[in-house]
Amino acid sequence: MSIIFLILAAITITGASAAMGLRNLIHCVLALTLGFVGLAMLYLELGAQFVGFTQILVYVGAVAILSVFAIMMTRSAGPDAEAEAALSASWISGLVVAGATFAVLAWAIITSNITAAASAQPEVSVKDIGNALMHNYAVPLEIMGLLLTAALIGAVIVAMPQEKAP
Amino acid sequence: MTPQTVDQIFVITKAWIMGHVPGAAQPIASAILSVAPVLAVFPLLFAITTVLERKGLGRMQNRYGPNRVGPYGFLQPMADGIKSLTKEDIIPRSADAVVHFLAPILLVLASFLAYAVLPIGRNMVIADLNAGVLFFFAIGSMVELAVFMAGWSSRSKYSLLGAMRAVAQMISYEIPLVLSAIVIIMAAGTLSTVAIVNMQAVYTHGLPHWFLFTPWGFCGFILFMIAATAESNRSPFDLPEGESEIIAGYYIEYSGFKFALFFLGEYLGMFATSGLAITLFLGGWSAPFSFLTWIPSYIWFFLKLLAFIAAFIWVRGTFPRLRMDQLMGLAWKFMLPMTLLNVFDVGIWHLMPHGILRWIVCTALLVIPALLLGRALTRKQKLQVRTYRYAD
Repeated sequence: MSIIFLILAAITITGASAAMGLRNLIHCVLALTLGFVGLAMLYLELGAQFVGFTQILVYVGAVAILSVFAIMMTRSAGPDAEAEAALSASWISGLVVAGATFAVLAWAIITSNITAAASAQPEVSVKDIGNALMHNYAVPLEIMGLLLTAALIGAVIVAMPQEKAP
Repeated sequence: MTPQTVDQIFVITKAWIMGHVPGAAQPIASAILSVAPVLAVFPLLFAITTVLERKGLGRMQNRYGPNRVGPYGFLQPMADGIKSLTKEDIIPRSADAVVHFLAPILLVLASFLAYAVLPIGRNMVIADLNAGVLFFFAIGSMVELAVFMAGWSSRSKYSLLGAMRAVAQMISYEIPLVLSAIVIIMAAGTLSTVAIVNMQAVYTHGLPHWFLFTPWGFCGFILFMIAATAESNRSPFDLPEGESEIIAGYYIEYSGFKFALFFLGEYLGMFATSGLAITLFLGGWSAPFSFLTWIPSYIWFFLKLLAFIAAFIWVRGTFPRLRMDQLMGLAWKFMLPMTLLNVFDVGIWHLMPHGILRWIVCTALLVIPALLLGRALTRKQKLQVRTYRYAD
């Protein structure tokens, strides 16, 4: 574990835990963004440029902004908005779900054969990723595209002004 | 000195300095030597641009512009800088102090980071990233967050409205911006800015292989520049500022040097997107004719950048501001279909054999839909001469 990894891990965990602990929802989103940036830096430190930059582009540029917009449009989120209780009413079920997710991920990591993969660091360029997406994984890519198009059309239909009944 | 030496003078100087640096300090010294010129040159360019812009706009509006400080008013930015440094830094009592403080820093940071992948001259780039263009857009999307933070933390209705406008506009125009750049990535087959420029710095019959000189490149360039103007919140897309209705938009509650930082960030963003447009469409640092290649590469880059700045000032001085629905309509109804069509067009260009036929087909495929789309969109709006009730 290098010192850079430790710093980045600290940034990520600080962001994520602040996102859970802070009272103001907008602060939570900003802290979560810090966590996203930390994750992106971790990807970059591992040499995965494409994944790292996509993480910033999608999560910081789109997800964070959209969550902020959604919060602002649905409730008052001024700097002194009504603070909520630190523990929500359903904290036990949340704890169970989080524990189960962690258990599955930890089990997958422990049982996987890491030592064989870590021997050589592969030089993966963006072109290789593109080739893989367009050849081996063309069908999943197309299905994802179809799903996103359907979601887009659905969003437009939801947002369209409703026709008055005759 | 040969032209090659003059062209590479900064690279040679850096290599010479690096030769005197002890081995352990090499990486950090190399980083500082690469970054410091960018940190010095572009804010200086910002200072010069503010004077040029005010003088240019003044001429267009039949007045002089700044002409009191220094020769022909060219020391005006010094006076402005001193003024903004000495002014009181006011934080509104109800503002969210931490976010209010972080927003201008994040904005300037993100604006500077974008320069990391711009090739300013031959072998003159801070980081030749494999995914350079992607890096540029990823960093550009951080600006939106900074703008939102500024508007929200000020706790003012005007700044919040300005931030909402700015973010909505930036999200909408980011899509055509990225899609019009994708055309070049498809044609070049790489995301590295250095490789894209190298590909364009080739000459046949004395003319360069700039992507601008293809039907899809030209169309992409125009779409990219419209989107870039909107991304940098400049006139005619400067609704987020909207002096007449929301005073100054998201940075209204900032004063002193933080206010100056917002201006710096805005102009740096404009230079960076212009630099990317130069890199993608206008051959970066390459000369426009093969017999002019003796002029150093960085001079060509900055000449092109100055031409872009002149065009931005010209546009600001001549076009009226759009309305919000017109702004969104332009992005979603005209620019998005045209960029998608442009992506399709570059695919056809790639597949068709070389010759005059592919020029005709690809040009027709862009011009005819553009005309039809423009006609269809304007017909629905029922444009007519506006009559004024009291002013006539």
